[in-house]
Amino acid sequence: MTLPEPYRLLAYLVGILTFVGLNAAYLVWVERKVAARIQRRPGPTEVGPEGLLQPIADALKLTSKQVLVPPQADRVLFRLAPLVVVAPAMMCLATVPFSAALGAMDFNLALVLVFALGSINVLAILLGGWASRNKYAIIAAARVVSQNVAYEVPMLLVVITLLMVTGTMSLREIVEQQAGGFWRWNILRLAANPLMPVTFVVFFICMLAETNRAPFDMAEAESELVAGAFTEYAGMGFGVFFLAEYANIVVGCALATILFFGGWHSPVGVLPGLFWFLLKLYLLIFTVIWVRWTFPRTQFYKLLNLSWKVLIPISLVTLVLTSAMLKLF
Amino acid sequence: MQPSPNLIPTGTTESGRETFVLNLGPQHPATHGVLRIKLEMDGEYILRAEPVIGYIHRMHEKMGENRTYAQFLPNPSRIDYLSAMHYCHAHVGVVERAAGIEVPPRAEYIRVITSELNRISSHLLWFGAFLMDLGAFTPFLYAFDDREKVVDLLEGITGARLTYCYYRFGGVCNDVDDAFLTGTRDFVKYMRPRLDMYRKLVTDNIIFRKRVEGIGPISPELCRKYGATGPVIRGSNVPCDVRRTEPYSIYPELEFDIPHFPEADCMARYRVRMEEIAQSLRIIEQALDKLPAGPHLAPKVPKMIKPPPGDYYFAVEAARGRFAIRLVSDGSEIPWRLKLRAPSFSNLSLFGEACRGMLLPDALALLGSLDLVIPDIDR
Repeated sequence: MTLPEPYRLLAYLVGILTFVGLNAAYLVWVERKVAARIQRRPGPTEVGPEGLLQPIADALKLTSKQVLVPPQADRVLFRLAPLVVVAPAMMCLATVPFSAALGAMDFNLALVLVFALGSINVLAILLGGWASRNKYAIIAAARVVSQNVAYEVPMLLVVITLLMVTGTMSLREIVEQQAGGFWRWNILRLAANPLMPVTFVVFFICMLAETNRAPFDMAEAESELVAGAFTEYAGMGFGVFFLAEYANIVVGCALATILFFGGWHSPVGVLPGLFWFLLKLYLLIFTVIWVRWTFPRTQFYKLLNLSWKVLIPISLVTLVLTSAMLKLF
Repeated sequence: MQPSPNLIPTGTTESGRETFVLNLGPQHPATHGVLRIKLEMDGEYILRAEPVIGYIHRMHEKMGENRTYAQFLPNPSRIDYLSAMHYCHAHVGVVERAAGIEVPPRAEYIRVITSELNRISSHLLWFGAFLMDLGAFTPFLYAFDDREKVVDLLEGITGARLTYCYYRFGGVCNDVDDAFLTGTRDFVKYMRPRLDMYRKLVTDNIIFRKRVEGIGPISPELCRKYGATGPVIRGSNVPCDVRRTEPYSIYPELEFDIPHFPEADCMARYRVRMEEIAQSLRIIEQALDKLPAGPHLAPKVPKMIKPPPGDYYFAVEAARGRFAIRLVSDGSEIPWRLKLRAPSFSNLSLFGEACRGMLLPDALALLGSLDLVIPDIDR
């Protein structure tokens, strides 16, 4: 890019905001359509062809509603929470290299930044739940905190395993290392870690838990906690939480693509990098949606058991194994 | 209400921690209606649950005592709208017993076929709703797809899709046609593989099993204490079914098993209901094979029924358990007393004791496994 720095930043800012906005809006549409197909029904069809204008209609409806603040709620924190949830999710995307040429910023601590910003998500849901002064919201907030603390550990262990293999924290360099055919992708780097596919599964499960997606949607749990931490939010307050949820899914899947599936690299060597990046990204997002509509919700304590008793030991094993393999070979 | 002595006083737990009251309902996605449960919680653990009922009390008993027997006919199907056929059966059954009306065999067979179809549709709806309580949305729509076939069949002969008022004193109001008979046979053929599919898709699902196995045990003693019936008591390994214990209609002539499981948990109740769908299919098949020719309505039924004075009782096995009507007649055209014994009321009563010490999501699985229909509780 030859644009001067301020213009370039502005262009990326607008680009990322548009990307997140469009993704959130149209992932809702995709989710509704996929869910409908899974459930043998047509899904949205009324607004626009194939219901394509439905997200716009929904957004208009949400923006036209009054953002009610319950009288007993903490007014400042209640209004702050949606902002705190959405801003870090968007900032995470700034570090994502979409293709060899397209990426807002590249610096050598990108991975740390993503995880640092990603963990703010918990704080925001906690704030929203606490500020609502609603019992269901507080239960949900307490659940989200312990869930995220539990799942941060195996997730970071997996990432450390990966960092030992790649030796860099720059997302761009991680992708560049994986150039040249799909057998060079991190998920298939079995020489460094024979358990790499398992590592990916652990990462994916943790990502579902971190983004509070089914079957780990303890923050919402609509049949138990009404709408969980978001019970008291109306109109766009709720809409922004929704936006952030999808933005987080995009970030999580983008990270999985970069760390495990070779980023923008094509497995066969045709078509531009952006196409392959988005293809991999949306295939992963589709899997996330697919999982949501096929599995029941887990219980909360079983969710914590899964993390502490299964995922953390597995990720520790892969960590030790990887360090041994790297030392030996 | 006097609290039972073994309860912890409000406000603190034994260890002195503060508790709070969580108001579950009357508008809550898991109560499937306007049921309210006051939960006293220690964190996510339930210390005490107090169901608050009566939000949709409609005075069905009093209505029955102010109407002639025929005028009360549409009411029973509104008490438990998912099990309308069985409730109608109880009403016509008690009046026939009181007035000594003979029912032609063809009518009895039609009653059994339609009742069992209704049981299947009710259990399918429960299946979907229960899984939705557990956070799985998709099976709900599969179940509704199947249920739609039953509802269409019953609509063809009764004219109603939900609140059937099909039974009359001395028979049924319309004879069944060929479309219904072939349609029902096709449905039986269609439904069996679907049950296998549900077993593979849902029953064997690891997350589902973890959520229901060992959760919410209800001992047979607890069932007896609160008068729980239907799939709830059968899930506690008591093969108690009105169709066998107090046989009515032509059930003694038909072969079917009473599924019961010793685990007494949510999974047992789930398996009882799924197995009952299979048994109902078996009953329907036999009844279709044996369906005799003849009239569908007894020829001489008086327009105004005046049963001789006395005390009459008739129980049926509804989808949710034993539904019974006790009728006290003073010889006039209006009942002196009409007592409705609804299964959901008894099944809900044990919730307070059964859910003590459980986690909220487990308690909601237990609540779902009781298959409550709120209008049936309130009547």
